[in-house]
Amino acid sequence: MLNKHLDFEKEIGELDALIAELKHLSTDPSVRADAATKQIDIEARIAEIEALRQEKLCQIFSNLTPWQKVQMARHVERPYTLDYLRILFQDFLELHGDRINADDAAIVGGLAKFGGQSVVVIGHQKARDLKERQLRNFGSARPAGFRKALRLMQMAQKFKKPIFVFVDTPAAEANLMAEEEGISRTIALCLQEMVLISVPIIVVVIGEGGSGGALGIAVGDKILMLEHAVYSVIPPEGCAAILWNDRTRAADASDALKLTAQHALEFGIIDEILPEPLGGAHRNVGEMAETLREAFTRTLAELQRYSADILLENRYQKFRNLGMWDDPALVLPETPKPRRTRTRKE
Amino acid sequence: MNRGGWFRRSPRSKAAADVPDGLWIKCPRCEDIGFAKDVERNLNVCLKCNYHHKLRAKERLALMVDEGSFEEMDAEVKALDPLGFPDYGDKITRARTNTGLTDAILTGYARIAEQSLIIGVADFAFMGGSMGSVVGEKIARAMEKGVKDRLPVVLITANGGGARMQEGLLSLMQMAKTSAASARLGQAGVPYIVVLTDPTMAGVFASYASLGDVILAEPGALIGFAGRRVGNQDLGGKLPDDFQTSEFQWRSGQIDRIVPRKELKETLGTLLAFFAEEGVHAQQTS
Repeated sequence: MLNKHLDFEKEIGELDALIAELKHLSTDPSVRADAATKQIDIEARIAEIEALRQEKLCQIFSNLTPWQKVQMARHVERPYTLDYLRILFQDFLELHGDRINADDAAIVGGLAKFGGQSVVVIGHQKARDLKERQLRNFGSARPAGFRKALRLMQMAQKFKKPIFVFVDTPAAEANLMAEEEGISRTIALCLQEMVLISVPIIVVVIGEGGSGGALGIAVGDKILMLEHAVYSVIPPEGCAAILWNDRTRAADASDALKLTAQHALEFGIIDEILPEPLGGAHRNVGEMAETLREAFTRTLAELQRYSADILLENRYQKFRNLGMWDDPALVLPETPKPRRTRTRKE
Repeated sequence: MNRGGWFRRSPRSKAAADVPDGLWIKCPRCEDIGFAKDVERNLNVCLKCNYHHKLRAKERLALMVDEGSFEEMDAEVKALDPLGFPDYGDKITRARTNTGLTDAILTGYARIAEQSLIIGVADFAFMGGSMGSVVGEKIARAMEKGVKDRLPVVLITANGGGARMQEGLLSLMQMAKTSAASARLGQAGVPYIVVLTDPTMAGVFASYASLGDVILAEPGALIGFAGRRVGNQDLGGKLPDDFQTSEFQWRSGQIDRIVPRKELKETLGTLLAFFAEEGVHAQQTS
């Protein structure tokens, strides 16, 4: 059985168990009678522990280290794309296949209604039980998945429907078959074509933003990211292997890679961090979904104000300008002086 | 060939073996020891096994473009260390000293067989040719100049490091940036030719290096998606002996032609001449 609690969550788990036990005991009349004679207030005791639990949650989750965030992003109970889809969208009709030779279950997509409006939704899909995990390939998409995603985006463009993208993948599939089927070219093509899709694209990184496999469907007008999600050029374990020849130093690599939502915002790579419920999205999926709904509604309304031309130009410039370098040859134009002749005329 | 081997070997000792500054040069594949001068005269291709030694960007330019035609642009664009990544600052400084380059790519105007073009040449000796902000920016600028000046763009890759992890997400985003610039080249109808050389991996192969109208590769180059040390997963049964080589990628439909080094310039000349010719609709539209 999977251990549902991460190391740093253990204390919370213990308190949860304690609360559950007390609640269970409090329903037993003989225990209540015994407690009464000993002047123990079970309800007060429960409330006390719940307060302690709340305090612990605040303490732990306001100061997660980058490596803890990686673990949060990979948490087995973390809500996945389809979990949000069920709450946020109506009439979801999943569409399948890359129209070449396969359907990749690691990427789901289809038609849906959002707030009464027809939209296209695409996302990586992870799974919890072993059988479905294999079916979903742990959320690692093959070329067929990226082709399906691109096909659905091009259909969205054809019918002028906005696109919502959920990102949650450890990485793109890298095995022999993926290599033979041209995984690199397929991702590259997605990157190239997504800047030409003339409808709003709203991306949200809900869990793991695993390098090219994530970016391959994440070229959008607005990039949102959940508070404890991560987005990285390389898995921390891989980075540790290259840097120190030691995969176990993933925590150090997580620090070095600056892969948290907070860093991504700082570097201008994402537009907004969406706060998670205390203790992480999995502790209150409904609340998390409502935060997403508000952000989606607001962002979509903003993007729909732009013409297709402006949308595309802005998206191009957004990605065109990413990166940090030093260019001594760059001369910024001087601030123009007020043109007096013109003002006099007016 | 020691497939996928360049990452396992110490890159430093490998680079040292490659530099033909001695009298003798040892082929890393067949281990034949030949006269450096002879190998050099053979364009740094092993006389015995046809192994294509890695070339420095300037050596590559000397082979590929008309003499004296290269005019570098954006030479001063330099890397920063935005993440404060362990040892990155030192690595950059060392790479600059050792290579005499500012970063892992040279871009500029040039001519091949008297035809003007914009060329970019990566240099593996500079941090494995990895793509950070500078490489991405220089490629995007080169492509935008291609659109503006209506000049074909030729990029010669040698980017074993893929996206440069020392710049984290900023490097990853260079994949989107260069691919976006490639989209504009496409819209403008400006030809874009890629020459894949040893090695071209990961974030580079999964972005601009896979987007050429025509994609050529030198024989025996390491070309693929995931480096061996990045993933720890089983890559799927028995791998073919030539896994992640030019030949493997050609067989998989990812490359137009494998072109030996001595024929590359001529092939590029032919391609440029083909694209330069006015198309069937030229007279109607203009």
